[in-house]
Amino acid sequence: MGFFPHLLLAILEGTVAAAVLALSALGLSLVFGVMRVVNVAHGEFFMLGAMLAWFVAKSVPGGPAAGFVVALIVAPLAVGALAFVTERLLLRRINYDPEATIVATIGLMFVIQQLALTVFGADAKAVSAPFTYRIALPWFGFSGYKLFVVLASVALLLGVWWVLAKTKLGLIMRVTQFDRETATAFGIPVNQVYSAVFVAGAALVAIAAVLIVPIQQAHYLMGLDPLLMSFIVVIIGGLGSIKGSVIAAIIIGLSDGIISMFFSPTLASIIATLAVALVLVFRPQGLFGVPAR
Amino acid sequence: MSKRKLIVPDKTLISRRSALKLGGAGAAAALMGPGYVRYAQAQSSEPIRIGFQVHRTGIGAAYGKWYEQTTNAAVKLINEAGGISGRPIEIVPEDDATDPGRGAEVVEKFATQHKCDVAFGTLFSHVVMGSAPRAGELKIPYFVVSEGHHVASGKLNRYTFQPGITDVRSQVISMAPWIAKNLGKKVTMIFPDFAFGYDHRDYFSAAIKAQGGEVNALIPIPPTETSFSRYFAQIPADTEVIYHVMVGPAVLTFVKELGEFYGSNHPPLFGFIDSLEAVSLKSPGLEFLEGSYFWEAYPRYAGAKPTEADTFYRGKVGVDQYGASVSDPNDVSTYSHMFGCWETLYIIKQAMEAAGYKTTADRGKLIEAVEAITTIPEGNEHPQGDKIFNGKIHQVFGHQNITQVKNGVGELVYRTTIEEGMYEPEDDYSKMAL
Amino acid sequence: MTARVLLLHGAVIVALFLLQFVASDYAVLTATRIMVLAVYALGYNILFGYAGLLSLGHAMFFATGLYAAALGVTRLGMAVPEAFLFAAVCGVIVSTVIGLIALRASGVAFMIVTLMFSQAAFLTVLYFGDITRGDEGIVIKDDQRVFSLFGHVVNLADPVLRYNIALVFLALAIAACLAVVRSKIGHVLVAIRENENRTAMLGYDVKRYKLIAFVLSGSFAAFSGAAYALLFAYAGSTLASIQYSIHPLLWTLLGGAATVLGPVLGTALMFLLVDFASGFTSASLLFVGVVLILLVLFFPKGILGTLRQRLWRWLP
Repeated sequence: MGFFPHLLLAILEGTVAAAVLALSALGLSLVFGVMRVVNVAHGEFFMLGAMLAWFVAKSVPGGPAAGFVVALIVAPLAVGALAFVTERLLLRRINYDPEATIVATIGLMFVIQQLALTVFGADAKAVSAPFTYRIALPWFGFSGYKLFVVLASVALLLGVWWVLAKTKLGLIMRVTQFDRETATAFGIPVNQVYSAVFVAGAALVAIAAVLIVPIQQAHYLMGLDPLLMSFIVVIIGGLGSIKGSVIAAIIIGLSDGIISMFFSPTLASIIATLAVALVLVFRPQGLFGVPAR
Repeated sequence: MSKRKLIVPDKTLISRRSALKLGGAGAAAALMGPGYVRYAQAQSSEPIRIGFQVHRTGIGAAYGKWYEQTTNAAVKLINEAGGISGRPIEIVPEDDATDPGRGAEVVEKFATQHKCDVAFGTLFSHVVMGSAPRAGELKIPYFVVSEGHHVASGKLNRYTFQPGITDVRSQVISMAPWIAKNLGKKVTMIFPDFAFGYDHRDYFSAAIKAQGGEVNALIPIPPTETSFSRYFAQIPADTEVIYHVMVGPAVLTFVKELGEFYGSNHPPLFGFIDSLEAVSLKSPGLEFLEGSYFWEAYPRYAGAKPTEADTFYRGKVGVDQYGASVSDPNDVSTYSHMFGCWETLYIIKQAMEAAGYKTTADRGKLIEAVEAITTIPEGNEHPQGDKIFNGKIHQVFGHQNITQVKNGVGELVYRTTIEEGMYEPEDDYSKMAL
Repeated sequence: MTARVLLLHGAVIVALFLLQFVASDYAVLTATRIMVLAVYALGYNILFGYAGLLSLGHAMFFATGLYAAALGVTRLGMAVPEAFLFAAVCGVIVSTVIGLIALRASGVAFMIVTLMFSQAAFLTVLYFGDITRGDEGIVIKDDQRVFSLFGHVVNLADPVLRYNIALVFLALAIAACLAVVRSKIGHVLVAIRENENRTAMLGYDVKRYKLIAFVLSGSFAAFSGAAYALLFAYAGSTLASIQYSIHPLLWTLLGGAATVLGPVLGTALMFLLVDFASGFTSASLLFVGVVLILLVLFFPKGILGTLRQRLWRWLP
């Protein structure tokens, strides 16, 4: 394959990778940004969303498109409900202490994994895309659904950005993020905001999973990868900065493809993880974030 | 004082009880000491305990489920036919979480806590590697069903055997002649970037060269990878065959993306069914595999003329002619691996009976009896086919199958001879101390 | 150091020594493993319990020792004692380098930095797959585990000998921990945990003390990893995975962070719980998860921490 088609493929793949990264990280970015806690079970919420997409597709008659639409409703509702229970029974009781939250959500991660194994089984599950269209280029083919994922993620990101920047709800969230005490002083029900943010973060990652699972597959141990990738994106982008996360996702998505054209892909991953560690050490606010108060 | 009083009647109670139970022989036995009592009982009815190291959780869980189902079916059958030397088999399952650390602990537990006669059933190579040293030290015979080259390579020890399934080296080299003759001589290999993949890379490269062919590109894929299209761009244009072997859940994506990349116009594909064990070939996205070729140790699809033994085996394990569970056609088995559990159990039976195995003191005799096995005939005990066992490297050799996907099922196109998969032994375990 | 502190810790060691004469074969084997891993947990506790720094990446130090020892014996032709020494040196070097970088971050950032470094280390093991054999790993052969020490032939395949070697390691680790905790270093570390700014204002070089804790902790982990490889004859990439970073956290939390014996108790209990649970359920993951959640909710100080709070205020 010549240089140009090779580059074209790298760009296409990189764009899809960026969309997948941004989608999976969106929920974590929101929770991390507003609540300043790390939800280690974030990846498991993703896995549950994917599993539910598979389950719904299997149970709903009317073909993959119908299943896809139903899953887009069912998965965020179910995962959001689980997040609500988690927030009430777990996070609130430990008062959102950052360390205790990490330990508790590690525990939750194991619990969800085991339940998924018991309920859904251990084999990898393929989920049909709502439509199949192969874009035939002269040198290679490309999945039309992958481009749809890119569009969907742009729409979803714009939606979340609009809520945060332009609505009263967004204002309340931003105030809470800025300073919990001030928010309380202004009469903002901080607990309810936290609850809503945690549920919204989980619902978003579930939607991301429903969108992404047709280009991957559902498996009960799939959660670790989106978790680590989300961490990378959120940290490089800057905690709590949706814009930063998007830019980071694009940089990582595109550069990963290009680095691994020159080096081994494992080496590319090593470089990416080390980069995250070094960014955190030398620029804790991320590349695009503002320093925390 | 009072303590001593408590002990004395207790002791007499035991010997009286044993005397009652065993009659005259028991009374004599009781006089000869506790060791003899156990011996006498062992001879009559005490079950043979087989520790079953099973991947119930972790990355191997999809395989573990079927290994357990096959094992239980074989044990039921053996016990109905009178067990081993008249003693029933008792399976003692323990989950190893597909983790080498836990695997080693489980082997210790089999040997010392559960007092198992032998340990058995491990699939994933890293669990075998982590566990085998413990089995060797505790001197418990350890029968793995892993298809890794670890046993045959001489890295392990005298107590570890693989008598039920061929190893990856044998599988790989037996494929080369057919590929070179029927598909092409310029082969691009796509393989996982870890030990299992290296065995494919090294042994296949050498084997295809011996056939006058060459590997024109090596594309290792890291085990953590989730997206594959960019790797396909590395496949040279003059490639005549794409050889792919992938493991882990991301395989579905791999195959789907390969299809999207090439569409209907692609070089012939030759894959290892390991990629798609427990996955239906009719899964969404796999349509493009139509017409491609697979190595299968034991063809999942029974075909038009299955052997009697195959029909018998499927019936007992609960698998239909498409290799799926009879109760749920979407629940596809790991057909090319799980037969190894069945056949290994029959090897254990054969060797124990040949060795006159009675207690764990006879383990040395058992080891020698397994090493003495040479040819294994096809039949209900060995439904996959006849085999040759090499006692020096503790590894079995058998027929391999090449199937072609037609209408979503793999139809047999070639079955290798056993000799095509043979190689010179690298070591000799039988010279090691027992 | 008070007499009862010495008495308690001495009694634990003596009890463990006597255990081998009464316990079953299986208990001896299990206890060997627990003692080796308890050294890992003891080291983890220095950083997490006393200095208050939660690392999610200690598997990289465990793996450093594991692979230094395994490769030292199988590839570099070292004898077992040299391999131990080599692993310890590697542990000190790696933890010093990582510590110098990671300690510039604090709080949640520190956790993620350690997590990322550890993930990079895990990937490095896979990257050098031709040497490490990646996930399949390396088996150390029996003859490579036999060595002579002061004129005696020592064979690590002997379970009783191995038990006592592990016990010596554990005893040394407990003694070292006690010494550190009761020394000035220990007091400064606790002061840093309670209020870093105030400690710095009092004139202590906070960075230096944190680094000391980090290197001690990493070196314990590396030593434990080396012992694991050499005593149980296997090294593989699974033992470098995130799972093995979470283990010492769990053990320390269960037994009681910032108590010397807590990690030992936690390791033993968790081991026995999982082993016991696996007898009637395959859902061991669920079990571990529930224990973690319950600990955080109801016993954030762990078993010995709670006991110290309620009963034995003198417990170190």
